[in-house]
Amino acid sequence: MSEPMRANDFPLRRREVAKQIHSAGGDELLLVTGLGSPNWDFTVAGDKEQIFPLWGAMGGAISIGLGLALAQPSRRVMVATGDAEALMGVGSLATVAVQSPPNMAIVILDNERYGETGMQTTATAHKTDLSAIAAGSGIILSETIHDQAALDLAIPKMMEAPGPCVFVIKVRAESLPFVLPPKDGAYLKDRFRFALLGDAAIV
Amino acid sequence: MEWWRDIYRALREANVRQVVYVPDAGHAALINACMADSDMRAVPLTTEEEGIAMLAGAWLGGERGVILMQSSGVGNCINMLGLMKTCRFPLAAFITMRGQWHEFNSWQMPMGQGTEPVLRAMGVLVETVDSPEDVAVQSQATLHKAFVGMQAGALLLHQRLMPLKTFGKSKRQVP
Repeated sequence: MSEPMRANDFPLRRREVAKQIHSAGGDELLLVTGLGSPNWDFTVAGDKEQIFPLWGAMGGAISIGLGLALAQPSRRVMVATGDAEALMGVGSLATVAVQSPPNMAIVILDNERYGETGMQTTATAHKTDLSAIAAGSGIILSETIHDQAALDLAIPKMMEAPGPCVFVIKVRAESLPFVLPPKDGAYLKDRFRFALLGDAAIV
Repeated sequence: MEWWRDIYRALREANVRQVVYVPDAGHAALINACMADSDMRAVPLTTEEEGIAMLAGAWLGGERGVILMQSSGVGNCINMLGLMKTCRFPLAAFITMRGQWHEFNSWQMPMGQGTEPVLRAMGVLVETVDSPEDVAVQSQATLHKAFVGMQAGALLLHQRLMPLKTFGKSKRQVP
């Protein structure tokens, strides 16, 4: 198998990874899920009001998580996104590093593909190392995870390690059935705010 | 050149917590004031579209934020502005203009002239202020539009509010 196609054989499966993270985070974890497959993966694991799923805004997931993490310093905030979405907003890793929110974790499900558009390879299939970019941006805890044993060790860090931290999880390149969360953006925003802020969310 | 104090006062009165920016000379004093304010978090961005997304996140978390940028940055935000419209996030953008009036750098002209049409095309309500005495009320109105009116709004700070910029090359300019 050629190097750019190696992800076809990666052992970790994205939906199992999402389920494990979703379960470990519980309802205390505030989640922003990036455009495309990560959004569907976490919907399979269980759509809920503590998740803000993105149907657009490609390149913005990490920045949305940063604004949220700064606004809610007492809550753990996680961005779960894909390699292509992260690459489109790659400068936001520097912005996160400079602000250094201790309550923020970034998970990148890296299948080395543009999953929604025909599984074309992304830069990570060829040369690019996202955890090295995160480290070079100034994020101290940044690692790449290739197998279940490493994932098991990383999950407590995702939930509790002083942030910001970045976990690039290499997952198999596979096209899976769509499992879609609600789509109306105003509803998704309002349900998230109401769950988090209660009556103060109503303006 | 003290009108920036009116923006700063309006931000404080509106309880703005996150001030995200790509610097512009016209915003320099305001950025410094926000950095020095312990009630505000001033966040430098690598590109303006990050700031639009950050303000969405801030609102999700119950905080008010604003973005400060130059007109050229508006072009970097176009797709992300769709997030604000689709989800009905409030937006308050304070935009210092280039490519508008006594512009010495022709490379600034296209985006300067495109700023207002681009914002309007993406559903952002636009006001322009071109005299220092109106900055206070226009700033208050922009913040009110966002956080009371629940709209996406931008205030364009006309280039005539800024000192003329020549990069010290004025003697080489053709009159």
